[in-house]
Amino acid sequence: MYAVEVENLTKIYGSGETAVTAIAEATLQVKPGELVAILGPSGSGKTTLLTAIGLINEPSFGRVVIDGVTVADGGWVAGVDLKRLRREKLGFIFQAHNLIPFLTAMENVMIALEINGLSGREAKGRASELLAALNLGHRLHNYPCALSGGEAQRVAIARALANRPKVILADEPTAALDTDNGTNVMGLLKTLAVENHSAILVVTHDQRMVQGFDRIFQVRDGRIIQEER
Amino acid sequence: MNLALRDIRYHRGRFILTSIGLGLLLGVVISMGGIYRGLFADALAVLQQTGADLWVVQKNTNGPFAESSRIPEDLKYRIKGVPGVAEASPLSFQTIQIDRNGKPFRFFLIGYESNGFGGPGQIIAGRQIRQKHYEMVAAKAMKLQLGERLHLGQHDYTVVGITGKVVSSSGDPAAYVTLSDAQDIQFKKDNDAIRNYRSRIGADLERDPALSPAQGAVLAGKIGAATESTHTVNTVVARLAPGADLAEVKQRISRWNHLHPISNQEQRVILTKGMIEKARMQLGLFRIILLTISAVIIALIIYTSTLDKLKVIATLKLIGSQNRVIVGMILQQSLLMGVIAYGIGYLLILATYENFPRRIVLEAFDLWALFVIVMVICTLSSFVGIRKALKVEPAEALGG
Repeated sequence: MYAVEVENLTKIYGSGETAVTAIAEATLQVKPGELVAILGPSGSGKTTLLTAIGLINEPSFGRVVIDGVTVADGGWVAGVDLKRLRREKLGFIFQAHNLIPFLTAMENVMIALEINGLSGREAKGRASELLAALNLGHRLHNYPCALSGGEAQRVAIARALANRPKVILADEPTAALDTDNGTNVMGLLKTLAVENHSAILVVTHDQRMVQGFDRIFQVRDGRIIQEER
Repeated sequence: MNLALRDIRYHRGRFILTSIGLGLLLGVVISMGGIYRGLFADALAVLQQTGADLWVVQKNTNGPFAESSRIPEDLKYRIKGVPGVAEASPLSFQTIQIDRNGKPFRFFLIGYESNGFGGPGQIIAGRQIRQKHYEMVAAKAMKLQLGERLHLGQHDYTVVGITGKVVSSSGDPAAYVTLSDAQDIQFKKDNDAIRNYRSRIGADLERDPALSPAQGAVLAGKIGAATESTHTVNTVVARLAPGADLAEVKQRISRWNHLHPISNQEQRVILTKGMIEKARMQLGLFRIILLTISAVIIALIIYTSTLDKLKVIATLKLIGSQNRVIVGMILQQSLLMGVIAYGIGYLLILATYENFPRRIVLEAFDLWALFVIVMVICTLSSFVGIRKALKVEPAEALGG
């Protein structure tokens, strides 16, 4: 079973003469543990693709299946709890880490766990473990403003991994980092994909960062034009 | 994890300052409520202190507090004789303003008979008036010392006792002297004025062709004695015997054409509904305006605080947070701000209310009612922020 299946996914913004097709008839499948990059210039539609897979942006046409659950089939499927699916099956990593500024590093990870129903004590234990595994054991009680860019992004990765999601979606995770930190973060994602058996989809425009990925999709003008292995 | 508390902990400086500002505003609202109640308490202070069942005043007046009333002092004997009246005592009231230490010094002077009632209640320092003349008991709020002398009318009066908080309906602290002293202070003319007055009466009578010089001299003496008499009071208060019918006693006194008996309950209405009603309404209006301002400020604070957190809210939604987590964060912050601001306002007034120039009466019911109103305002105000937060799309968390 695929972790992510996308079939003929199309997203059109607006209608009539002002309609803009952001992504057209995209089709891809990602297996658990696979590391996939979606490459393309700004405005090519790669983030639209990611947000549709991330259950944020409703597709206009096409089908999206996450871990065997059909979530979209020409629009959201009625009765599917999108929030719950996002909570349980998806993890997100953002360009600007998006840590909650008034929570410490540990609390930023704990919040994802508590939202998913874990008790405070369980969440604390798991968050500490995750952060320690990402070499942030000494930063547990620091606020995001006291962390370096690389450290903040690692906390964001810990948060994305907290609920052991089937799919991790990363939107330009290295855009705000220098080359060294960017390479480290990408290396970390590769390791996690293998260790956690999670499918990882990374949207980026930086070709240098996708060395060693299992598959790379090139997106141009809203269409997947090439798949590399 | 309580996100509201975490946010407050992180932005504690801003939160504390905002709460202090709001607390000062709520302190003003609390004090307005206290003044509102204080007006009521002040208006009834003399009434309660006197403990009379009936106030007999001049016909066609609502005296002695609302209007001027003058009746002869010796009416007390007739009123005492009315069936059902246990005791009757004459009282005089006047507001006095003198210069003391170069500043205006205003108080409410009550004259009473030492063998009657309506005098000072509990003495907290010194003693009651024992001599017939030149002694005074002053309310604590007058800030007079025992032994201090005040020049009133033509004589000096020595403070021999300090009583509690008795004030006039306009909030002036009260002082007590004997009735005869009060009458002297109010009515007695100085010697030059008396001589001048007598000669004017004499001259008028001399010119009257209907009177012989001898008749004129006798009449001048009689008129002078009558007009120089100070035996006038503002009211005679009465207490009824157990089981006496108030309506019947009132009816009997009403039969005398020149008197108007007012029951204690009627006197309360005159004082509260008539004399202080406008001031109370004004204060009530101020309270409503201030509460509305508080509501607008709280709504604005919560709204701007929500705007500051739009990215956080979008991120929470993106990672699958339930709406109740986000609503709870905004609502709890709003309520917490209300609770803290109310606490600050309450403590501020509690620490300072005794120093206010007018009496502040803090009643538990008013304080609880205001607390509930503040909580309702906070809840309603938070809806503005909640509405905004619920409209935030998770997609807003993406991008730089």
